[in-house]
This record gives sequence, C-alpha cells and structure tokens, in this order.
Amino acid sequence: MTKIKTLADLKKMKDELQAKVDLREKGESAESYVQIKVGMATSGIASGAKQVMDFLIEALEKRNIEAVVTQTGDMGYCFAEPTIEVKKPGEEPIVFGYVDIKKADEIIEKYIKQGELVEGIIPVNYQVIDDK
Amino acid sequence: MAKYKMHLLVCGGTGCRASASDSVLEHLKKELEIKGLQDEVQVVMTGCFGFCEKGPIVKVSPDNTFYVRVEPKDAKEIIEEHIIKGRKVTRLLYQDPEKKEAVSDSKHMDFYKKQIRIALRNCGLIDPENIEEYIARDGYAALGKCLNELKPQDVIKEIKDSGLRGRGGGGFPTGLKWEIASKNNADQKYVVCNADEGDPGAFMDRSVLEGDPHAILEAMAICGYAIGATKGLIYIRAEYPLAIKRLKIAIDQAREYGLLGKNIFGSSFDFDLELRYGAGAFVCGEETSLIHSMEGLRGEPTIKPPFPAEKGYLGKPTNVNNVETFASVPIIIRKGANWFNKIGTEK
Repeated sequence: MTKIKTLADLKKMKDELQAKVDLREKGESAESYVQIKVGMATSGIASGAKQVMDFLIEALEKRNIEAVVTQTGDMGYCFAEPTIEVKKPGEEPIVFGYVDIKKADEIIEKYIKQGELVEGIIPVNYQVIDDK
Repeated sequence: MAKYKMHLLVCGGTGCRASASDSVLEHLKKELEIKGLQDEVQVVMTGCFGFCEKGPIVKVSPDNTFYVRVEPKDAKEIIEEHIIKGRKVTRLLYQDPEKKEAVSDSKHMDFYKKQIRIALRNCGLIDPENIEEYIARDGYAALGKCLNELKPQDVIKEIKDSGLRGRGGGGFPTGLKWEIASKNNADQKYVVCNADEGDPGAFMDRSVLEGDPHAILEAMAICGYAIGATKGLIYIRAEYPLAIKRLKIAIDQAREYGLLGKNIFGSSFDFDLELRYGAGAFVCGEETSLIHSMEGLRGEPTIKPPFPAEKGYLGKPTNVNNVETFASVPIIIRKGANWFNKIGTEK
C-alpha cells in the first residue's frame, strides 16, 4: 500500500518482493542453478530430512546462493538417511548420506561454495534408462 | 513473510475457469489446510498457460511439474502424493501423443519447446490481481527508466529501432506511429488500447489482459510519455468480463501505488486511464469506428486520412495500438531494441 515516489522506491520494493516469485522462475530454468533434492520418503522423514530441507532453504537464501531445493522419493539408501543429491550446474550430481544439519552446513560451505568434496559421499551405482 | 517451499500455480484463464479451475484452487487450498501445510505451500491463481485444450492446468514449482485435466476431486491426491510424499501423480501428467509417455516438465513438451514467451512473459507465472508480483518481475521498471533516464524522443527511437510492428494484424511500424502522433501538437492527446479482439475464437489479447494486465498499463503510460499524452483509454469488448475485472483491479492498484496519476516517479509526467466497453460490434475493432464508438457516436469507419495520430478521439491526436503490441513495449525498453530485433524474422 505504500506509494512509490521514485524509481529507487520501486527497485527497493522489487528486491524485497523478488524472493516471493523467484521460486517459480527458478523452476523454469533449474539447470542454471544448484539443484538439491532431499530424499523425503518414509526413511528420510523418520531420520529428520524435513528439518534438513528447511535448514537448506533458509541457509542458501541467507548466504545468497541461487539454488532450487525440492523433495524427492526414496533414493534407495535407507541405511544412510537423510540423503541429499546435489547437482551443480554443468557437473554430475553427487549423493551425500548421513546429512544432519551440521553436515548440510558443511556441504554448503565446502562443496557448493568451493567445490571441495566432503565425507559421506555415496558412489553412483545405478543407471537411469532415459539418459541414453 | 512466510517462506513458501512450493508454489502451486493454477491456471485462471477463461478456458480453464470454464472447466472449474477456481474450484480446483479452492479444493487445493482446503486440502492444504487440512494437512496444516498452508504456510509452506502457496496456491496462486495465474493467467493463461496457453495449453487450453488440456485444462485445467496446475503447475508445481520449483520442480516444474505440469499437471493437465485436473479436477477438483484430484486435489486431495496431488497434496497427499506429490506435496507430502514427493511422488508425482502420473495419471495427471501430459501424455505425449506420439511417444505415448508421460512428460512431467513443460519444457520438454512439443507444444512449449520452441516458444520464447515475450508478450506472454508473465502469464502463468504471476497472480494478475497482485501488483506486487508484477513489480517483483521488473514491473514498472521500464516506465521508471523512461521517466528518469530517457527523453520522449529516445523512447520513440528505441521502439522504432526494435522493429516492433502492429500486432493487431496491420503490421504498421509502431515506432513510426508514435512518432507521427508525437509530432502533431495539441493541448490534449490520447493513447488508446484496442482490446476489442473481434476475430472469432481468437484469444491472444484476452490471455494477456487476463494474465498480465499491468503490462498494458505500463506500456500505455510509456506511450503517453513518448507522444505527450496524459490520458489513456482501453476499449475492451464487453464479452471479456474476467479481463475487465482484472484490468479494473490493476488500474486501482496502480493508482494506489502511485504508478498512475500525477507526478509518476516524482517526474512532471501525469498519466491516467479509463476503460470503455464495446457492445458487440465487430466493426468497432477498426480504429476509426472504435474512436467514434468511444465518442458516443455510431461505430462507423471514416475515411483516412486524416489518421487518428493527427485527428482521432475528440479530434485530438490519438495513438491506437493493439494489446499484444503494447505487451511487448515494457520489455523492449528494459532489454533494448537490439535484443528484440534479433528475435524472429528480418522484418
């Protein structure tokens, strides 16, 4: 309801509001952002994946990292839940296991920000048929 | 501000509404409340997605899942399966007719693959009844740029260089039309938007007006600045009640936020506009008939010259443009003429 008196007012309002609709635009071109999928099947939820997902969304926003966080089904690594798959643009996706909030923080700081691999990686042991 | 993890975009275009998309929206909201998720998932009614044959459309962000033919009774399953459990509801996904497989992301659908949405950039992505969502996507930044950084002649040059041509069918170079109107001096000039869209079955203009009404308001203000007009009129056919409703809401909101009215962006430029309704005459889509209809006379074409840019509404210089033409103006100003004229064919 505030009146916009100058172009600077408009810019300020836009910056404040952008976060609200950003999510939709990011979804359109997700490949250019860091994509994180959090396993939220029964085993994931039972191990606290929801808190990890909430933490990731908040932390990435606070640290100004452009990312799309979505939930996915069971990735098969129930023994290592919570698991998350992180795909940086142009790179192969990596699955991390035993991700609690502390680990998630480490993954953001080390892998996402600096490309440094962190402990707890689950190696790729499957092939997706529609990649062919 | 509640941090929404997911957005459910429900198509609110006339086509989908005729198939009860507003009921779909109500059911989705209700289901979310039952599950206590109303603060985590936002449900928004947007403009037309364009895929009307398969409506009602529901799009889930950010994973970009595109559900088609969604019925109100499907709301429970979408919430329980997709939102809570993360499993897409396969039976509601679009089935590619040739490959016979489900396509989840609209980017991979043949219908959307080759589209670069310019005039429709916001349709399907924002709530057209909320000016803040328009602002969040760079709304009114083009108007601000014009009033703060460009002179009227610069604006006209930009539109001329972009190669934008009248999208109502005439294909007359828009920049040239604006230039002619700006050169004719008078104490009052007018900007008119032709939203009559008489062609049977056509709904391009309707989609823009229903899905992104602010784009038209912004463009008309930019035109007013360029040609020296302080008043705008939108001539819209009465058969578009939803578009009329959304335009009314948009105009009120724009006035409230100071983006229409006096001294816009602190400059000396005033601009305001009003709606005029058609009454079912196909001929009133022709600009001179349209003008006479607005003057309260019989909608009858008159000989040109003189063209409206010289002598139009109430005998004053008037610039008439189609909805789709106007829809392209703000983004041309923002991204530049060179960006626009690289797209499409040479002319």
